[in-house]
Amino acid sequence: MTTSITNTSRRHFIVGASAISAGLAIGFDFSIGISEANAAMGTGTTSMTPLSTPEIGVWVVIKPNDDVVVRIVRSEMGQGTITGLAQMVAEELQCDWKKVSYEYPSPAESLLRKQVWGSFSTGGSRGIRTSEQYVRKGGAAARMMLIQAAANSWNVSPNECIALNSVITHTPTGRTVTFGKVSVAASQLPLPSEIPLKDPKEWKLIGQPVNRIDGVPDKVTGRQVYAIDLKLPGMLVANIKECPVFGGKVKSYDATKALAMKGVKKVVPVGDSAVAVVADTFWQAKTALEQVDIVWDNGPNANVSSATILKYLQDGLTADDAFVGNSNGDMKEAIAKSSKTVESTFFYPFLNHATLEPMNASAKWTPELCEAWVPTQDGEASLAAVIAASGLPAEKCNVYKVNLGGGFGRRGAFQDYTTQAVNIAKQMPGTPIKLIWTREEDMTQGRYHPIMMCKLTGTFDDKQNLTGLNMRLSGQSILTSVRPAVVAANKGKDPLVFQGLDSSGEASLNYSFPNLMVDHSMRNTSVPPGFWRGVNANQNAVFLESFMDELADAAGADPVEFRRKYISNPRALEVLNAVAKGIGWDKPAPAGIYRGVAQMKAFGSYVSAACEISVTNGNEVKIHRMVAATDPGYVVNPAQVKRQIAGSFVYGLSALFEEEITIENGAVVQRNFDSFNSIRLSQMPKVETILIQGGGSEWGGVGEPTICVAAPAVLNAIYRATGKRYRTAPLKNSGIKLV
Amino acid sequence: MIDLNVNGKKYKVDVDPNTPLLWVIREQIGLTGTKYGCGIGACGACTVLFDGKAMRSCVLPVSAVAGNKIETIESLEKNGQLSKIQQAWVDHQVPQCGYCQSGMVMATTALLRSNPKPTDNQIDEAVSNICRCGTFQQVREAIHAVSKA
Repeated sequence: MTTSITNTSRRHFIVGASAISAGLAIGFDFSIGISEANAAMGTGTTSMTPLSTPEIGVWVVIKPNDDVVVRIVRSEMGQGTITGLAQMVAEELQCDWKKVSYEYPSPAESLLRKQVWGSFSTGGSRGIRTSEQYVRKGGAAARMMLIQAAANSWNVSPNECIALNSVITHTPTGRTVTFGKVSVAASQLPLPSEIPLKDPKEWKLIGQPVNRIDGVPDKVTGRQVYAIDLKLPGMLVANIKECPVFGGKVKSYDATKALAMKGVKKVVPVGDSAVAVVADTFWQAKTALEQVDIVWDNGPNANVSSATILKYLQDGLTADDAFVGNSNGDMKEAIAKSSKTVESTFFYPFLNHATLEPMNASAKWTPELCEAWVPTQDGEASLAAVIAASGLPAEKCNVYKVNLGGGFGRRGAFQDYTTQAVNIAKQMPGTPIKLIWTREEDMTQGRYHPIMMCKLTGTFDDKQNLTGLNMRLSGQSILTSVRPAVVAANKGKDPLVFQGLDSSGEASLNYSFPNLMVDHSMRNTSVPPGFWRGVNANQNAVFLESFMDELADAAGADPVEFRRKYISNPRALEVLNAVAKGIGWDKPAPAGIYRGVAQMKAFGSYVSAACEISVTNGNEVKIHRMVAATDPGYVVNPAQVKRQIAGSFVYGLSALFEEEITIENGAVVQRNFDSFNSIRLSQMPKVETILIQGGGSEWGGVGEPTICVAAPAVLNAIYRATGKRYRTAPLKNSGIKLV
Repeated sequence: MIDLNVNGKKYKVDVDPNTPLLWVIREQIGLTGTKYGCGIGACGACTVLFDGKAMRSCVLPVSAVAGNKIETIESLEKNGQLSKIQQAWVDHQVPQCGYCQSGMVMATTALLRSNPKPTDNQIDEAVSNICRCGTFQQVREAIHAVSKA
């Protein structure tokens, strides 16, 4: 049986690939086979092995024994996207769900086939919502081709045939055939030109809480191979240290002591800012690297500190220069005419992703072929990094996606660790190199959640009506450094800063105020920013929803009633009402229990949270319950959505209570989980989830939207319990503990 | 040479005696189910059983464990049969990315061997591993399911 790569290996394409985020137009001449190294890597959830056959269309493979293999290019990193996407394919395919597994096409294979599987990028909670049309059509097309093949064999009209549970039936005669029997014939048919999809009312599999298909047994037995576990014949291990000061370089280094240590093979410069030790084992490489005397040129940012950054942000709160994100009415006039104003200022820190599996990647370089094995949220971005770092033409580069131990936004747009692995491998041609970062390197060389301050002003008339809201954001832009073309197209503005505060779209403000001004004084720092699960909705929800509580207080209103009055979107209102009902807002809380609520729209989903907490000794917060509601339009796998929501609260609450990256002398202070803590089982609140399916044409995301409402709901409850408003995160800096 | 007893098998390893047990298990013995997460004993991804007790192997010098009985995640499945805890983890669909789960399962295994019916407080104390995906709710459900069975 030939593989699809060898089938197409002599063809030549000019591809406008998104490898390509680098702006490259790549002439592909693929004559790459699967190297011996891939064969060493086993099967299953990596793209080491050739794609299965026979394929019916491009999404579906049906084996003679009726096994179904669904091809997916988004990355599974725990969020469940693989299972949800496969459910959507299988829904239209009408196959037996028990026979479904999946495989990852490689990014090079995708480019070779004109990116037929769509985007590899797995971020922005886009996995399901921006793939749903083409994966459902992929399943439907395959079903139509299978039916056509069966109809041809019976010499009947396909309109007289139906498919159900991997069996095709000719209804007038009752003849049946399984998918596997006609799959080869189906694979030779043309794709149908029109592919109608089921009405959502007819869905049987979409909406079911089916178990995950991404190898749960492997994850509880230690069998699952994460990138850090990869073994290749002759492989060496590298450990790296990059200049701790952002923007700094290596001036010189002395490797004499390290080179004399057991197992050490080589000490190499990596780019102009890092040094790596290559050894037989990680522990040898790590301990030898500690013995390399590196002299740094700390560069222009050596005096940057959290204090200087704070001052810079504070100045931005009143600066004249600001980009308007959303406005209506005349806010200046609203302030001038107000009978009462309320003003508060908030602070949200830098945060690290701290995926539990530290950054790592493996690479093997020869003049003929550069291969990389990458834990990646975006296989195409990894391939682009490999092409750039290898110095080889694109057709001599290959990336294989390997399981990730968490992503959270660190491993998509940012492929620094991939570049480093290739750079090291290039200095040892023919030897596979596995680069593993220490946790300390991971903590200090992140792509951090941007730092932000916000000054909010609310205005009231003499009847306690809110007449206007002014929000001045001051802080770092992600897109200025990560997607500069987007910022240039917006004349210097970073539109992503206003997530959850936009006038329309997937992250719009759910409230309508007579007067509104939301603007951003851009304050970029030497600390590299990144997309951190939830992105800018995190801090915007803390600012807006804490302040809405303050405004409710100022108006003498109930916090839920106050929000209801200004929410203009009925779906947002339904989600808020759902958590209010779920937490029992209309009834008094038990003695010693205090409640808080928050709502937002982010990544296309309406989200809300309500909580019940108690506080002892003035500073020990116990969260007893959290009720979450989300309306993402459609729910593909309710069990997985619930698990994602509970998990998102862990990420959001860890940040609120414990996490902060601070800067001294241009470098990150925190080194490990002792100084950048994450909440534990003992601190985990009971999370109850309400799923609402508002339908419509806009599908919302799941992995990220709900994070942002956890923190403000809890902050608002802490105020009810203590009478104190905490406006600076994390709460550990105010002596507040989550117990 | 250091003598080790891992999952009932004897090994002789030639490493720096200060090498943490974690890296010997992963790199010399070749069992990669035990994970590196922090290297300071904070996250629990490297949890193994040391004479039956849960221990964080990333801060345990290999020279200190010669002669002791070490069990890793790979030892729990017997003849293709998941342990009760592993099965509960599957039934409750506990793992998300799964990277911390070897440590979670090992910490739970130690707990339930010594205390088959733990209270929530005892669970909290025994299972203090970091999970960045946030699977804690399912971890607790799965532990209760095993202890009730």
